[in-house]
Amino acid sequence: MEVAQQETLTQAAEKQAVEVSGSVALLEALITEGVDTIFGYPGGAIMPIYDALYDYSDKLQHILVRHEQGGIHAGQGYARTSGKVGVVFATSGPGATNLVTGLADAQIDSTPLVCITGQVFAHLLGTDAFQETDVINITTPVTKWNYQVTDANELPEVIAKAFYIARSGRPGPVLIDITKNAQIQKFQLRGYTPCNHIRSYRPKPIVRQQYIQQAAELINSAKKPFILFGQGVILGGAEKEFQAFVEKSGIPAAWTVLGAGAIPTDHPLNVGMLGMHGNYGPNVLTNSCDVLIAIGMRFDDRVTGRLDKYAKQAKVVHLDIDPAEIDKNVKTTVPVWGDCRETLPLLTAAIQQKTHPEWLQQFHDHTKQETELVIEKELNPTTDEMTMGEVIQQLNEITRGEAVIVTDVGQHQMVACRYAKFNNTRSNVTSGGLGTMGFALPAAIGAKFGTPNKTVVAIIGDGGFQMTLQELGTVMQDNVDIKIVILNNKFLGMVRQWQELFNEKRYSFVDMQSPNFVALAAAYGISGKSISDRKDLPGTLQEMLNHKGAYLLEVMVTKENNVFPMVPQGCSVAEIRLK
Amino acid sequence: MEHQEGKQEFNITVYTENQIGLLNRIAIIFTRRKINIDSLNTSPSEVDSIHRFNIVITETEDVVRKLCRQIEKQVEVLKVYYHTNEDVIWQEMALYKVSTDVIAERVSVERLLRENGARAVVIRKDYTVFETTGHREETDNLINILQPYGLIEFVRSARVAIIKDSEGFNSKLREFERLEPGEDVIENEFLNDGDKVFTM
Ligand SMILES: Cc1ncc(C[n+]2csc(CCOP(=O)(O)OP(=O)(O)O)c2C)c(N)n1
Repeated sequence: MEVAQQETLTQAAEKQAVEVSGSVALLEALITEGVDTIFGYPGGAIMPIYDALYDYSDKLQHILVRHEQGGIHAGQGYARTSGKVGVVFATSGPGATNLVTGLADAQIDSTPLVCITGQVFAHLLGTDAFQETDVINITTPVTKWNYQVTDANELPEVIAKAFYIARSGRPGPVLIDITKNAQIQKFQLRGYTPCNHIRSYRPKPIVRQQYIQQAAELINSAKKPFILFGQGVILGGAEKEFQAFVEKSGIPAAWTVLGAGAIPTDHPLNVGMLGMHGNYGPNVLTNSCDVLIAIGMRFDDRVTGRLDKYAKQAKVVHLDIDPAEIDKNVKTTVPVWGDCRETLPLLTAAIQQKTHPEWLQQFHDHTKQETELVIEKELNPTTDEMTMGEVIQQLNEITRGEAVIVTDVGQHQMVACRYAKFNNTRSNVTSGGLGTMGFALPAAIGAKFGTPNKTVVAIIGDGGFQMTLQELGTVMQDNVDIKIVILNNKFLGMVRQWQELFNEKRYSFVDMQSPNFVALAAAYGISGKSISDRKDLPGTLQEMLNHKGAYLLEVMVTKENNVFPMVPQGCSVAEIRLK
Repeated sequence: MEHQEGKQEFNITVYTENQIGLLNRIAIIFTRRKINIDSLNTSPSEVDSIHRFNIVITETEDVVRKLCRQIEKQVEVLKVYYHTNEDVIWQEMALYKVSTDVIAERVSVERLLRENGARAVVIRKDYTVFETTGHREETDNLINILQPYGLIEFVRSARVAIIKDSEGFNSKLREFERLEPGEDVIENEFLNDGDKVFTM
């Protein structure tokens, strides 16, 4: 056994310059940034990096995915659950373009990623060389920052900048495109200096005491204050600070899909989910509150419905790290610019301890109504067919709200967000802003690497599963212990719901045939079962969770079930429909 | 240019690092929202390694304010200001190519130059190039005058603008060089209303 810890190449290079290739410099930089896992797919233009990686397999684990989209979604799942930066490798041309969906997804959901793409030799740039694509221009609108490296000497500084930009301020995806010559080129490495300042970049605005004071005044004098919280609380690592604020202020708080889990679902002041398929009370009462306190959320149109009828009666306090979010959609009375981990404690200190029993009761009254008309039917159906809601609820009971739940996009996503209980932060992973079908399977793989000690369950529709099901190969090869639950309604359910409600049931191309999913899983050496009888549900869920290793469970659910409540497109949140 | 309600010309000044690809990042912010750029000029600023964009668009102030925040979000952008035409001193330069024969025979060149503040840049046997500098109406004026005499070619530069009442960006830059950014005033329309707004 080695006693003295071996000096890394970077540490050695700090004392005396060491000659290395660009590829080695890249991997050294990743290690110094604390990276341990990379999701990727090789190819000609990134071969020198993969060649160097061969010697680094003890320090950097590389997960070979089956498609670059799978790689980047895995990186997102990893980043969202671990709070670290996800790292993805892809080759030039088609490899790089396959990252675009994931970049757009990460950009809109503020997920920190550093993607490394290989590029043709610098002297071939702009010549339509084999597998040359203008990756920088293609990815500019979907990255927080991108940069093309053509000289190995630039690499350490550029990688340091990439990590700093990806994780600081409002996080986001960064793409670094490295030409093949720069990967091969030898240069003198002189250590590695992490980046913590860029002249032109202000990750977070200065906190202004004046605004904290004004916000506190508004909150203290409010009769019906209401908190809306989003992922900003989680990204800022401000869960504790947020809970303290909620509890001292006694204000009912509702969450956006990405804010779920920032405080436990069962917290007495947690009044439910906002938005199109959110809960009845939070939506209706948005148009009754007198002060609206938005924290780390960006008033997405799925949350607000019609903007000209959104909370017009309320004075708005908006806490956000990104100055561009303030006033973007909803006019703010008091903008509390800054990192909510810094602003929330200041605000908590400045407000009075209060309770709002009557106002809170209004939320409970609405919950009662919603339970009678919607929730009861969904969770305790009287027909033989199973509903998505009861599957989620049973699963939740067995995992006691401790599992990481990764969802795809569609009805099952909204049902999972509505009915799952999240006891922990970073336990709800879903594609919120982009709504990317095919997200869940690869993201669940990444989530498992991000939180190896937690149970990771992917909830996926029959449609979305077939978009990236090739990642079962990754699950097989790396023994990734994830539980896959396909809620099969034999339809592209969410689209069908819209067609039913708004297009007179003209079911245009939403009827979906599927393969035998269990046999498919078996072909990948993954155990599984398909059930359609309610009495098999608890037992099979338990069997799945007890199973060592990956498991695929297909649950046949009601074909034509709708997710309610619903705020129809173009309607005000107060016009939310219960049926 | 005051047409469409509430819209007017705004001069956006962007201070940036000198970085490849940044023009594209900034342009995307406009194209994505389907906003036409009336004029775009980019050049080095008085500060070494810092570039300055002058962008002119016709929009409402609300849209311009939001655009500026999006531009300022870009990693390599140091600072963005926007101003109405009243708040800036601005110029555009125009060149006019006309046949020397025609002009010599038919126009009183001296008067033409004097009345339009123009100057002859090149006089050749075959053609003469005039230059004027000024606001759009002024440079347009000379087109109208020369058109009947067979204007061969005309070109106008993008607008350059200087802010009337600021001490410039130079002093601000020192703040940027520091690790901790200084407090920049971000205007809030409710700020001066005090008690009327912040209590109920
Ligand atoms: C990549 C992509 N293509 C299309 C859509 C549009 N879309 C949203 S939900 C949905 C249906 C999803 O069906 P399924 O995966 O079976 O889930 P369900 O709604 O039935 O739960 C579709 C097609 C999308 N969100 N993403």
